[in-house]
Amino acid sequence: MSKGGRLVVSLGLFLVAAALVVWAVAVYLTPGTPGGELNFTNTQAAGQPVNLTVQTVGSIGFGPHPTWVSYMTKDPASGQWVQDNTWVLPAHTEVHMTIYQFDSGSPLRNQVWGQVEGTQGNSATINGKTVSVVNSNVGAGVGHTFAIPSLNLIVPLPGVTGNNICGAGPCLANKWPHNTVSFSFKTPGAGNYNWQCFVPCGLGYLFGNGGGMSTENYMGGFLDVVAR
Amino acid sequence: MAKNNSNYGSDLRKILWIWAVISIIVDVLFWFLVGPHMAPGRLTETAKNDQMDLNILMICALPVIVGVWTYWGWSLTHWGAKQNGPEPIGGPAARSNLKVQTWWIASSSVLVLALAIFGTLALIMDHGSGGGEGPNPVWMPDGPVTQVETAALNGTATWSPGKILPVQVIGQQWKFTYRYPTFGGFETQQLILPANTTIVFNVTSLDVIHSFWAYQLGVKADANPGVNDVAFTETKGTGNFEVRCSELCGIWHGAMYNSGAVVSQSTFQQWATSTQAATAANTALLPKFAWTYTPDANGAAGGYYPDGNLTPYSSVQVYGAKQS
Repeated sequence: MSKGGRLVVSLGLFLVAAALVVWAVAVYLTPGTPGGELNFTNTQAAGQPVNLTVQTVGSIGFGPHPTWVSYMTKDPASGQWVQDNTWVLPAHTEVHMTIYQFDSGSPLRNQVWGQVEGTQGNSATINGKTVSVVNSNVGAGVGHTFAIPSLNLIVPLPGVTGNNICGAGPCLANKWPHNTVSFSFKTPGAGNYNWQCFVPCGLGYLFGNGGGMSTENYMGGFLDVVAR
Repeated sequence: MAKNNSNYGSDLRKILWIWAVISIIVDVLFWFLVGPHMAPGRLTETAKNDQMDLNILMICALPVIVGVWTYWGWSLTHWGAKQNGPEPIGGPAARSNLKVQTWWIASSSVLVLALAIFGTLALIMDHGSGGGEGPNPVWMPDGPVTQVETAALNGTATWSPGKILPVQVIGQQWKFTYRYPTFGGFETQQLILPANTTIVFNVTSLDVIHSFWAYQLGVKADANPGVNDVAFTETKGTGNFEVRCSELCGIWHGAMYNSGAVVSQSTFQQWATSTQAATAANTALLPKFAWTYTPDANGAAGGYYPDGNLTPYSSVQVYGAKQS
């Protein structure tokens, strides 16, 4: 092979290797889970509280894993329920959160998650009643929790009683039995903060923490807090 | 060793002197300027010992680095071929020098063996990096550790400044929580410790294997389900530290961390008392304090973790070589 030919082959192989490296890095950095984020930074005037409304469903009812448990969020722009559970929120802003809990419950694996913590007043309103502790060993127990671990924020979501449980999301509040849980918290400084459920509700998986519990956008996501 | 003339012995003596002087300077500078700031800090007696071990390793390593660089520098500046000078020596004389090789192998062997012995002793000695941790630690700190642990298990333990403080670390996907048996067994997401106090960590898990790593405390212990891993430390001054899970445990493993603090004994007592009162309603719903808890492996249904008695293991009865 001529000197020029060797040079071309070497250059070609180098470019292929470089492209592989770039591709591998891009794949590594690209989230491999479905869903996206909802922007709440333009839904209210600066300094005003953000209203964030979500629901928990026993089965999402669509997508690649229709039987998995999931959270859904009400799109502030369209008012539609979507499975986009990463929320872009303004920093240092009060968030009024309302959760419609449509799933059944059970005793908590660790009752420590029955203590409301990290919200304003370390309490939440459940069906109009202010509570700071939910005893998961009575009644329908706790179906899910909403928690932001890095903020030490935890809110238990009591389970729904009876057999008439919504089977696929999105669930309508005027049609299916549910518990309405509301509370407020203040976003911290800019950064990414994960939120998750602490109830091992990924049934059928080891320790109940597989499936929807181990897939972003089902029982966990992020608060993408941005400065404004 | 390309040098093969009468100046070689003289060169080696000069290299030796340069190496010795620079090594002493570098070691002294390191010891006084860098050493006090080496990881993991001096927040606990364990951390202080870890820092000391690392500093000693560095003190031993720095002369080796200086020796290699000095020899390399001397050879570059003194033993290269010069313009219009004699031809460099080739052949075996350029490839080996039995005397230098022997000294190098012998000295590095002695150094490595000495450090291996030192490292092993540092690991298992009191407040060492590893000996005081596990289901059966080989050492225990001074004081009535066994009595305190027994009282914690029986629900009769109390704490006041100067006493040993048992703290239970509970790993679960994906957060560590902490139980304080000396304050009614309340469980919290925050790890607050009193200064100048012997701490006994009892580490366990409710699901998969986690690892409790309080880096600045010099404490790292696996959190295994059904196992009570014991780790001791003795806090010194006040300060903040971070707790991370160091065992890959699932999707949110990277987010399984929290900050802790060593505070004054009076501040700690105030915090613990107020937290005990604030969480009293929920503490009443927690299972009785036990070394381990046995949750239902099938998930949430029936997954309450009330049973510390299914596991026959009792750390109080078996751990601590000093008991005998």
